[in-house]
Amino acid sequence: MLARLLSRDLPRSGALSAALLVILIGLAFAPFLFAGAQPLNVAAKICVFVLLVAAYDLLLGYTGIVSFAHTMFFGIGGYGVAIALARFDAGWGALALGIVAACALAGALALVIGLFSLRVRAIFFAMITLAVASVFAVLASQLSGITGGEDGLNYRVPELLRPSFRLFENPVFGTVVNGRIVTYYVVFAVALAGFLVLLRIVNSPFGRVLQAIRENDFRAEALGYPVVVYRSIASVISAVAAALAGILLALWLRYTGPDTTLSFTIMIDVLLMVVIGGMGTLYGAVIGATLMIMAENYLQVLMGRLSEATAGLPLLPALFSPDRWLLWLGILFVLSVYFFPAGIVGRLRAGAARNS
Amino acid sequence: MSDATIPAKEEAALAVARIDWIPIALTVGIALAALPLVGSFPTWVTLTVAGLAMGMMIFIMASGLTLVFGLMDVINFGHGVFISVGAYVSLLVLWPLAGWVAAPSVVLNVSVLLLCILVAMATTGLFGWAFERVIVRPVYGQHLKQILVTMGGLIVVEQLIHVFWGASPITIALPETFRGAFAFGPDVVVERYRVIVVAVGLVVLAGMLLVLGRTRIGLLVRAGVENPEMVEALGYHIRRLFIGVFVMGSALAGLGGVMWGFYQQTLTAGMGMQVLVLIFIVVIIGGLGSIGGCFIGSLIVALVANYAAFLEPKIALVSNIALMLIVLLWRPQGLYPVNKH
Repeated sequence: MLARLLSRDLPRSGALSAALLVILIGLAFAPFLFAGAQPLNVAAKICVFVLLVAAYDLLLGYTGIVSFAHTMFFGIGGYGVAIALARFDAGWGALALGIVAACALAGALALVIGLFSLRVRAIFFAMITLAVASVFAVLASQLSGITGGEDGLNYRVPELLRPSFRLFENPVFGTVVNGRIVTYYVVFAVALAGFLVLLRIVNSPFGRVLQAIRENDFRAEALGYPVVVYRSIASVISAVAAALAGILLALWLRYTGPDTTLSFTIMIDVLLMVVIGGMGTLYGAVIGATLMIMAENYLQVLMGRLSEATAGLPLLPALFSPDRWLLWLGILFVLSVYFFPAGIVGRLRAGAARNS
Repeated sequence: MSDATIPAKEEAALAVARIDWIPIALTVGIALAALPLVGSFPTWVTLTVAGLAMGMMIFIMASGLTLVFGLMDVINFGHGVFISVGAYVSLLVLWPLAGWVAAPSVVLNVSVLLLCILVAMATTGLFGWAFERVIVRPVYGQHLKQILVTMGGLIVVEQLIHVFWGASPITIALPETFRGAFAFGPDVVVERYRVIVVAVGLVVLAGMLLVLGRTRIGLLVRAGVENPEMVEALGYHIRRLFIGVFVMGSALAGLGGVMWGFYQQTLTAGMGMQVLVLIFIVVIIGGLGSIGGCFIGSLIVALVANYAAFLEPKIALVSNIALMLIVLLWRPQGLYPVNKH
């Protein structure tokens, strides 16, 4: 049963299984395990990013193509819901409309980009997605009549998902089950389901073809698999999943703006999560997203302390300033591409294989 | 040898025949077609010169990237940061010599610009050498890692700029005599600095054509773009050649950064990244690895962007992408495809 659910792609390492189990339990019972708004926020963000990063890994790790437009699709999801809910009433109909429109747009755009750039050279894809994504970000901030510009959009969500809503009269295990917690479980369930579907996809015959293309596209083509078609389909699936993650984030934050979805920083975060977790294995997305978001929320405090502690010295306070967070991420990123190309999951699996 | 079999005259004819005139005609055609759309001749001249100036700057910045790709199949996503570094390094000249900048003397102004260019090119050249060693060399031949690692390098250096110069944008002033505009006739007005940019761009282009077309090193570079293995087999170190091109390309990006910085008059660490998007579009339009394509591509992109911004500002936001799609539909390998053997 479990093996079926995981599409027979088991963690294959004791430590990895344990880590995944801890993360799963932590996320599943987050509202009851941790008190306060901040931990729940972190948990919801982890759920969203697990889906987003897993979708990216389908492209980067499994198909071997680099896209810089992943946040664009993430943003399309977020803005789809945001615009629908802000324009129309905050009902389920508007929400459904936003979801369908966002997913359709993301898929169609991914298909067009794929057909244009993957036809010639895979390397075009990286350059063209970067160009398209940056133009999209400019458009989103310029067309303020639709998107709210730099300020973004605030909107109301359907009644069931609002903080004022109470699912039960009495608290459950000492926690009041309000609309926020309902929203959290929607986010958690969709992210989990999305992750399992992606796991199913990469372990299907289709996924094997993608891996073959990653290893040697010329050979895959010669064996009769049209590379462009497979790459384009992978890119569409990844785009729709990213849009779905964006939808979840939009529901959770009840706000969508350029900084929460479209910014290049998020693209870098996603890249880092994939690389640190381990390219070419979806479990890497779980590990990478969890680690990075934990670090982002708690390590920046540490950097602030370091910056204060070194206040008298030259240059060091500026280097450790929490605003320079990206500097250290960048260094970490370069180092992990060089020295841990298989990421944490790859390391753990190699260790387990050696022991057995 | 080819000299023995093909008479000199025919060989010359072959060389001439190799130039593909269609994209060149297209560039001129776009400029001429815009004239009736714009409606007024003086406005058209202003727009065209602005487009040419912008195109020249993009060309200066993009040429290194396209050659590096052609020669070694290395795509450097960190190229954009050389532009930022070049622009910021020119501050080292501009701040101490603020008096020269403000002085209404052509000699002092020109020398301050030349000094900026010199310092920026030297720094970015050196920096390019280090970047090649530390970031690019370990990932030769692996596109995926190249993209990731050079992108990582870009982030780190961008952040280092923040560390050294602060995170807020820095405004710089144009040297005194470069401000204002030249007036030709009653209505035709052309900004001075744009003329200077076009002049610098032409000098760079001429220098590049001379080096690539008339020197032994240029010959090797061109041969290396077409068939690196053959050049290696003939006993030349393609690596050394490549490092030279990489350093030169970085220095040119630095030069472009100085020119671009004066043009915008505001410096941000992200400015290189913003231009990088344009550069990629240009390089794709021109054909990866082709220097001529890079030049024509720069001009087309810049001209179209300027005309579009005047005619319909909203369209200008997407005009580059639209242009790229159209060109790729027409010639999927770019305007001047580089034949790899």
